[in-house]
Amino acid sequence: MQTEAETPVVGPRDVDGAGVELDAVGKSYGAVRALRGVTLRAAPGEIVALAGPSGCGKSTLLELVCGLTAADEGHVRAGAAALMPQRDALLPWLSALDNAGLALRVAGASRAQARATAHAHFAAFGLDGFERARPATLSGGMRQRVAFLRTLLAGRPVLCLDEPFGALDALTRLQMQRWLAGALAREPRTVLLVTHDVEEAVLLADRVVLLSPRPGRVVATLDVAVARPRARDDRAVVELRERALVALGAS
Amino acid sequence: MTAVLALLTLLAGWEALVRLGGVDPLLLPSPMQVLEALWEDRALLAPDLWTTTYEVVLGLGAAAATGAGLAVAMHLSPALRGALRPLVIGSQAVPVPVIAPLVILVLGFGLAPKILLVALVCFFPITINLYDGLRAADPEARRLLRSLQATRWQALRLVEAPAALPAAFTGLKVAAAVAVIGAVFAEWAGAEAGLGHALLTANGQLETARAFAATLLLFLLAIALYGACALLERRVVDWIPRTGTGGP
Repeated sequence: MQTEAETPVVGPRDVDGAGVELDAVGKSYGAVRALRGVTLRAAPGEIVALAGPSGCGKSTLLELVCGLTAADEGHVRAGAAALMPQRDALLPWLSALDNAGLALRVAGASRAQARATAHAHFAAFGLDGFERARPATLSGGMRQRVAFLRTLLAGRPVLCLDEPFGALDALTRLQMQRWLAGALAREPRTVLLVTHDVEEAVLLADRVVLLSPRPGRVVATLDVAVARPRARDDRAVVELRERALVALGAS
Repeated sequence: MTAVLALLTLLAGWEALVRLGGVDPLLLPSPMQVLEALWEDRALLAPDLWTTTYEVVLGLGAAAATGAGLAVAMHLSPALRGALRPLVIGSQAVPVPVIAPLVILVLGFGLAPKILLVALVCFFPITINLYDGLRAADPEARRLLRSLQATRWQALRLVEAPAALPAAFTGLKVAAAVAVIGAVFAEWAGAEAGLGHALLTANGQLETARAFAATLLLFLLAIALYGACALLERRVVDWIPRTGTGGP
């Protein structure tokens, strides 16, 4: 499993653009408190995973960072962020190429410009030959790659990935985790990765923030000082995964 | 296949009923007599078919444009939604045979009142289906567009309008099927040509077979219009995998 050819990246990466800072943030929807007193930071170029049980306000946290909703309490400061929503949210009537270039179209690029820019990345994303394919004809892994490319092409320093691999089967999921690690090594960004999979968090992130059930608050933060590429059976990875599960009260 | 069989059975029963003297052919001509009348009066009926087709297609087009405009306006503006919804729904309570003579009185005997009455019958299913379709766009896709700071217009153009197309076509197909009703009532209220006019004249002359022939043409016109809309739908909404053949 460690034979994957990926650029090993250790330590903080040098990226232009802002990080993310949340200070004692609270958010309620009516009577439901989604988040309470959440404080976390992501330095520029850092990958921070947010892990926790379903309904711990992880998605709400990303909405705050992306500016889709405002906090009731505390402060949110973040660089311009691009969201990769749960389920890929690809538009079924657009080709893979047009879906990948959607953010460019919204930013005012012509259809031809958006296609040209998106196409330049297709080979690297393993999408060569599928430019004209509609999402319905793509595999789950390919759909996620198109959605990730769309997120990347938004050209924002911060990426908010909301359970990017939640809908994939176990095998594809593993392949996509390795692929994402490689893609982020090539195109470093500040990443907030929401997941309910603690192992995924440890494999991909520089830091793992563990959240409690609703109302979500930070119960522990783990630094993942493990050299990349990482494997599921690395001793350090297994140990961190266990620590995270203990912190979440699962074992 | 079963549709053809059912139709043939129905026609055979009808033919037998008339031939065996169950009803007066002056009241109910047999299918063969209707076909005969259709062939013999073809020179008479062909221009009528053309006139009605013309009215229906233009009326349907006007309904599609009006329906799309109303649906988008109601979708974008809560104020317009509140103001227009009762009018749109209420318009369907207006009995077309009653309002048709008034429309003719105001707009004259030309094409305009026909288009207006066809559109009155047709715009409702288009408006309502499109309006519902616009609201039914994937919330995740909307969230995505919001995160990209898309304008309201971009969200409509890139996400909501394409997402609403299947529903819009459902409305258009319903409208296509009922459009001839509007044209017939308009022609009854005042016209020199058209299948509705032919129907009225034939009735007056006790040419029952010709009246049935005109009705048959209306029937076929509705099916052809529906088929054309279904065909257009297949070409435009080409991302939805379909099972079976569908259509009439």
